[in-house]
Amino acid sequence: MAYKAVIGLEFHCEMKSHTKVFSGAINGFSKKPNQLVSPLDMGFPGTLPVLNKECVKKAIEMAMILNCKIPEYMEFDRKNYFYPDLPKGYQLTQFFNPVGTNGKVIIEVNGEEKEVLIHDIHLEEDSASLDHLYDTSNIDYNRSGVPLLELVTEPCLNSADEAIEFLEHIKRIYEYTDISECDTKKGQIRADVNVSIMDEDSKELGTKVEVKNVNSFDSIRKTINYEIERQTKLKESGHYDEVVQETRRWDDESGTTIHMRSKADAIDYKYFTEPNIPRYKITSELLDDIRKNIPMLAHERKEKYINEYNLSLYDAKVLVKNKDVSDYFEECVSLGSDPKSACNWITTRVLAEVNKKDDTSIKDIFITPSMLAELIKLIEDKKITNNQGKEVFSKMLEEEITPLEIVKKYGMEVIEDSNLINSLIDEVLNENTKAIEDYKNGRTNMLDYLVGQVMRKSRGKANPVEAKEKLLEKLK
Amino acid sequence: MLEKGIKELHDELKSKKITSNELVKESIKACHDIQEKTNSFVTIIDDATGTEVTDDLLSGIPYGIKDIFSTKDILSTGSSNTLNNYVPFFDATCVANLKKHGAVGVAKTVLDELGMGGTGTTGHTGIVHNPWDLERQTAGSSAGSAASVACGVYPYALGSDTGDSVRKPAGYCGIVGYKPTYGMVSRYGMFQFASSLDTVGVLSRSVEDAAIVVDGMKGLDKHDMTTWDSSNIHLYESLNKDVKGKKLFYIKEICDIENYKNPSEELKEHLNNFKDTIKKCESVGISVEGVSIDRNLLNALYPTYMVIYGAEASSNMANLTGISFGPRGEGSTPDEMIKDHRTKGFSPLIKRRFVIGSFVLQRENQEKFFLNAKRVRRLIVDKMNSLFEKYDGMICPVGTGPAKYLDDSKNEHNKENTVLEEILQIGNFGGYPSITIPNGFINNLPVGVNITGKVKDDVNVLNMAYALEEEMGFKNQIAKEVK
Repeated sequence: MAYKAVIGLEFHCEMKSHTKVFSGAINGFSKKPNQLVSPLDMGFPGTLPVLNKECVKKAIEMAMILNCKIPEYMEFDRKNYFYPDLPKGYQLTQFFNPVGTNGKVIIEVNGEEKEVLIHDIHLEEDSASLDHLYDTSNIDYNRSGVPLLELVTEPCLNSADEAIEFLEHIKRIYEYTDISECDTKKGQIRADVNVSIMDEDSKELGTKVEVKNVNSFDSIRKTINYEIERQTKLKESGHYDEVVQETRRWDDESGTTIHMRSKADAIDYKYFTEPNIPRYKITSELLDDIRKNIPMLAHERKEKYINEYNLSLYDAKVLVKNKDVSDYFEECVSLGSDPKSACNWITTRVLAEVNKKDDTSIKDIFITPSMLAELIKLIEDKKITNNQGKEVFSKMLEEEITPLEIVKKYGMEVIEDSNLINSLIDEVLNENTKAIEDYKNGRTNMLDYLVGQVMRKSRGKANPVEAKEKLLEKLK
Repeated sequence: MLEKGIKELHDELKSKKITSNELVKESIKACHDIQEKTNSFVTIIDDATGTEVTDDLLSGIPYGIKDIFSTKDILSTGSSNTLNNYVPFFDATCVANLKKHGAVGVAKTVLDELGMGGTGTTGHTGIVHNPWDLERQTAGSSAGSAASVACGVYPYALGSDTGDSVRKPAGYCGIVGYKPTYGMVSRYGMFQFASSLDTVGVLSRSVEDAAIVVDGMKGLDKHDMTTWDSSNIHLYESLNKDVKGKKLFYIKEICDIENYKNPSEELKEHLNNFKDTIKKCESVGISVEGVSIDRNLLNALYPTYMVIYGAEASSNMANLTGISFGPRGEGSTPDEMIKDHRTKGFSPLIKRRFVIGSFVLQRENQEKFFLNAKRVRRLIVDKMNSLFEKYDGMICPVGTGPAKYLDDSKNEHNKENTVLEEILQIGNFGGYPSITIPNGFINNLPVGVNITGKVKDDVNVLNMAYALEEEMGFKNQIAKEVK
């Protein structure tokens, strides 16, 4: 019996902004606890929230990109509960009137298009973080009040592949719009995953299990697959009644999900509208202004690379997968590099270098777009040969100097003196009468051999194209 | 000397008859003198010193601060055991603004715990006594501020007003209590009680002083999104007694004695006195008419207030966990510590209010209670706004008579009186400017009258009070019995 999995995601992502969403403290990453804190972030009496416009604009931008309905007013609500990481005793969020509702996006999964429905997206604040030690717990308020966007999908995904492809798609949007870095290592993303299974031909949804706070794409994939397998096994063995509406958590060590609380323990958050933030009118001018400034997103860049630069679909996909790579490519092109050459260099040598080590971004390697553009230009201008170019590339990384400096240092410049080449060719022709004979008898590959001899005599500094042309002429 | 108003004190300082330091010392001494009898203060700031006397009317002059306001490096308790050791590291915006004008805070005054309550009896340092009769309440919650200003230990003190917490005690203590339009003065640093109703206010002995003080506190504040730009409003400079042609209304259902089945003698006298005040209004050129408001709407006032403030307070005070400030609770888990802190810290009254607040916000009750309360609030405000199209304001007696006894068994409890007792809450529902001034005596105890006007029409409201104050002659009165 085949079962269909039904998956819904709640994807939390910390936003990039200068200050926190309701206070003037810096929104940044500090390893030292309690450095980026204002009185509000610790819930001191009498402190009041002040809404960050930058975050509001970015939230609206994201809602637009997800094709959501945007409300007339921006409002916030209090989600009330006691927890040591929640200094005010409530979280400011958008419960009644989220910044975006009823959206949809189209993603590509294994070559096929899939429409993903967005229930809503809302702007809220993060809590403080707790560090539990042997007999004490420490509270770090650096994260308290950091802006979060929470995106909630409809239960419309049917596999881990679809879920991950969707999240990759969303992550790319966050990166391309600069709304979030989506950095897992800084704990910037978290997802709540809802999974149920149902009979393939049935219309009745199965029992939904929620897995909370899964914090990497890899764990999300494992969580989904584990839950599908767990629920399927129970169903097949006639124990589907053991699948209950509950909240579980992903345990990385055992690779399983573990029960946290049942539905009966669900908290009533007693939501009500935050009275300290007057509702804020989202004017059509503001919307136009935001719409105008949405940058070109990954799929749009991909189209451009294929249609304007004649790159292959495969290459275009590789380039846009990561915004930094795509930006690197575009900078090379803007510096005058031929898109195809730039693409070839980046997708082969540059990315190979980036992938050598974990945690390395294209921004971290020594070769900048302007250096790569310089290298490409040297080759295009026939100042060095393709093979020399590869050597220059390696030497740039080894010695951390620019292409021009390497060419100078190793005397790699192509000989442009025609007389010198002519005399080298003459030398070669005199020394290889047998080869000339063979060539004339139809062994055309001997030409390459002769070019090679000229190159050897010039210690690689001759222009091989020029040498070949001249040889052909003399062999006529 | 301290029984004088701000302007007179300023003249004394300017002409160097007294220095600011001497004035501050005298005020501190006076605070100590009345503390035993009235219990007005949580903290008397003994090391406060004078400031440079400039052309600013507030410079060099001492004043009192309700202990609900954050004061940098000075204990700020909200009169609650949950904050009995809390020393803020920043000033409330209104306090900081007064500091910029050279005003000198000399005392932190007792309130009903965290502003919740109207008797002056629930503060963690004990009951506040009315200086006109020590067996009587001051009303609350700005109890210590009202008592101390009535004793003349300084010309004014800060209060906060969520239902009538500035205007009711002003009435009971025979002084002026002014609640400006919501958002005129920043609430930043004032412990939140019910955010949509909370207003910074002032208690003084004259309308003029109230105007000077609010001029000194008000203004846009980047820390409070509900503040608005009032830089074109100059309350003190705008004061004038030409109020001819102004129109006020009173609500017949609560102000006409015929509408009470069993009125007490006190209520009769109080409403009679109110009628005299109306005549005085007419003699300064303000016409006054009775209007009728649907009884159902009036009866809904207090329940609506209870639901809204309970809900907001239960959430606002959820920050009081004893974790990063306030005394730490005991327990082996954070949950136990929070529970212990709150169980020991809050008085029973507050706990009951939290229960109500949580109840009305619960998923299954929210529509019926909380959302309906918000709708009724809107209906009441709409009704008031439509009346304000025709009238410059509403006039009404403060409370149902003079100050009540501290011993509640001596007080008369009459359900008929509820609406009149609670009517000033209308001022908070709509964020209206509202001022209480003394309008006479019943059994040698002061009583007050209140004028409430349109949003942002503070100048008009103050002017009517200013003209009436002059006509009635209770300006600058002091409760001399205590001194």
